[in-house]
Amino acid sequence: MKTSNQISLVHRILLILCSVALVVVIFLPIWRIELDAAQYPEGLELQIFSYKLAGQVDIINGLNHYIGMKTLHADDFIEFTVLPYIIGFFALAFFAVAIANKRKYVYLLFIAFLLFGVVAMVDFYVWEYNYGHNLDPNAPIKVPGMAYQPPLIGFKQLLNFGAYSIPDIGGWLFIASGLIIAYCAIQEWRKPKLIKES
Amino acid sequence: MNFKKYVLFGLATAGMLLSFESCKPKGAGNAVSGNAAEKTYVAPGQYDEFYNFASGGFSGQLSVYGLPSGRLLRVIPVFSLDPEKGWGFSEETKPMLETSHGSVPWDDLHHVQLSKTDGDYDGRWVFANANNTPRIARIDLTTFRTAEILELPNSGGNHSSPFITENTEYVVAGTRFSVPMDGEGGDVPINTYKQNFRGTLSFVSVNKDNGNMELAFQIETPGVNYDLSRAGKGVSHGWFFFSTYNTEQANTLLEVNASKNDKDFVLAVNWKKAEEYLKAGKGKKVSNLKYVHNKYDDHTHTATSTLKTETIVLNAEELEGLCYYIPCPKSPHGVDVDPSGEYIVGSGKLAALIPVFSFSKIQKAIAGKQFEGEFGGIPVIKYEAALHGEVEKPGLGPLHTEFDGRGNAITSFFVSSELVKWNIKDLKILDRVPTFYSVGHLMIPGGDTKSPEGKYVVAYNKITKDRFLPTGPELAHSAQIYDISGDKMQLLLDFPTIGEPHYAQAVKAEKVKDRSLKIFKIEENKHPFFTKGENEARVERKGNDVHVYLTTIRSHFAPDNIEGIQQGDNVYFHVTNIEQDWDMPHGFAIKGARNGELLVLPGETQTLKWVPDRIGIFPFYCTDFCSALHQEMQGYIRVSKKGSNVPITYSLGTNQPVEKTN
Repeated sequence: MKTSNQISLVHRILLILCSVALVVVIFLPIWRIELDAAQYPEGLELQIFSYKLAGQVDIINGLNHYIGMKTLHADDFIEFTVLPYIIGFFALAFFAVAIANKRKYVYLLFIAFLLFGVVAMVDFYVWEYNYGHNLDPNAPIKVPGMAYQPPLIGFKQLLNFGAYSIPDIGGWLFIASGLIIAYCAIQEWRKPKLIKES
Repeated sequence: MNFKKYVLFGLATAGMLLSFESCKPKGAGNAVSGNAAEKTYVAPGQYDEFYNFASGGFSGQLSVYGLPSGRLLRVIPVFSLDPEKGWGFSEETKPMLETSHGSVPWDDLHHVQLSKTDGDYDGRWVFANANNTPRIARIDLTTFRTAEILELPNSGGNHSSPFITENTEYVVAGTRFSVPMDGEGGDVPINTYKQNFRGTLSFVSVNKDNGNMELAFQIETPGVNYDLSRAGKGVSHGWFFFSTYNTEQANTLLEVNASKNDKDFVLAVNWKKAEEYLKAGKGKKVSNLKYVHNKYDDHTHTATSTLKTETIVLNAEELEGLCYYIPCPKSPHGVDVDPSGEYIVGSGKLAALIPVFSFSKIQKAIAGKQFEGEFGGIPVIKYEAALHGEVEKPGLGPLHTEFDGRGNAITSFFVSSELVKWNIKDLKILDRVPTFYSVGHLMIPGGDTKSPEGKYVVAYNKITKDRFLPTGPELAHSAQIYDISGDKMQLLLDFPTIGEPHYAQAVKAEKVKDRSLKIFKIEENKHPFFTKGENEARVERKGNDVHVYLTTIRSHFAPDNIEGIQQGDNVYFHVTNIEQDWDMPHGFAIKGARNGELLVLPGETQTLKWVPDRIGIFPFYCTDFCSALHQEMQGYIRVSKKGSNVPITYSLGTNQPVEKTN
């Protein structure tokens, strides 16, 4: 019988799959904010990649000047420089844990990945808060008490625009990786107990 | 009792009057029945099934309707000025209306043709003819804008046009009025028609890739009036059929003098043979001509007009096997070819029957030299030798025929104001419906292709008295759509049209809508006065010419304060719309401009010329409601007297108010 601090083969394969998925995430859109209004029945879309902004950024920037919101430029965000490295680091970490085949590394990786997810969402929230609240006092349209912070996740009406914020394909892969590492960690945690009982 | 008698007498009289009234045939008003509304109802937000491109007649423009709703989607300016869109007013579009006579601001657009590949519509271009100053236009269906206009020499009115071959190899133009060939030789007495007047048929080639037109060659024929034409297709591909009238060669009171002959002709032209003769060098190069070729470039956003002087003329009398006449009763108008290409329907305006000719019989007659003589040196095929059969007593005044793709033809009748459906093979009449009133052209979507969409027929009517609310002495012409999917034609809807709709064509929306352009890419803008962004916006003086490099974006102009302009300057506003968003044009208008407005599409540059006639402050503004702050999209220009020392200055947002100093 194998020593009990090793990882099961299934879990190791899952970790390697996550590693590959995370490499792919670097090149895929992670989050998307969809906007629609009477003037844009076809909708506008802002896509957030690990290293850039995409979608109709110029059109959205053109509209933002009415409410005095700062225009969006990828250069203004340190995140777009470091994020690909952090995700790349995690991709390597998933692979390394699978190879190292030590159960406690699974727990460590799970905690680190969870922490990163929480920090990333907090960062995203702060980012949205600043854009939504730091408005140019000379903006043509001023609605007292109105802020334009997009929703962290879900739907919110901002004047004539409905804003819908959801993970994009890369985000879903990221979340799936999180769920898989959580599943692996829990299963590995339960396994020694089962051995003891039997 | 007297009283009783009166009552009885009164009732009897009333009864008699009522019964007389009921003897009168029912009016047209109640001809619509059942589920007509349902069949044309396109719910708000839903798309129509077909684009209908309808000629605007004497408006000179092309209208676009949705079918079956009849909703007007757009009016595309072609041969006439259109201040709404700046067409012919901006410096860039002015060359499109150039002719060898100078700028002609109007024409009479009669017929439209959708481009074809393998005998079916390919949704790339629409061609249209100018009936007055002979021209052919090509409209691009990605931009819904006129891309090219070619003038035709040696022609006196272009009616028999712009009919096209099954792969859009050629667009033709048969001259309506025969005239002497262009040049010095044209100064002849009018009553020497027979000796000096010639009828030319122009064959204009179309480039497969970019649609560019060139006058490939002309065929010179005896002087007659050419009315309409159609290309052969399928078995008859390689041939073209033109209807003629005035084979009497009258030069005055044509109403009477051109209606004398029992039969005029359909002229069959073997254009493949013409190509052979051309290759063999049998054409005569003519180089004393003057005609212009105008092209619009979507990258420079500018039209250019080029004067041309040459063409090659093939003489129909000298070149054997090029042309044959087929006798056709009483001044034929429409000459229409069925989907197989075998049957050719001639519609004599004044005839009491419709002859249907057979292409294979025509070929046999030519091979067997079954000629009854010649006209102007061209063989005339025996009527019976070419005839498939006649449709007996179809109605009065047959004009045009379209095909439903199920072996039937529908012919329009102007005088008896009706559409008549008949079978091509057995020539039996199947159904007839009234039109309100006096139909000219009719149209089945794809009705001139190899595979018609026989769902609807549309009648384009000349008279609409009592059909709509009156609008003074002049009333709209109309279109009427009928369901032809069943055995009986069923009237569904009337809708008024712009100008006079002559011919129209309709194509499945899918063939056009997905190729429709949304914006012009700003990085592809090659206009010489393009302004790349607001920081390049500027004003430059060159002598009396002032060039304003102006940009537009919601909701301001850059610059919007300009000083240093002088009375009498030639001021050119080169307006670049730097938006890159669909449906976001900006307009530009300035007080006192003896010109139009500009309507500048995203990524485009357009120029308005303005010569300020007095000193003062002139406002300019955006004319197309662009955003919530559209009313704020405005600016001022200061005009000083000639020789003033006010320097050229321009700014956006920095010209702050001056405090009072005294």
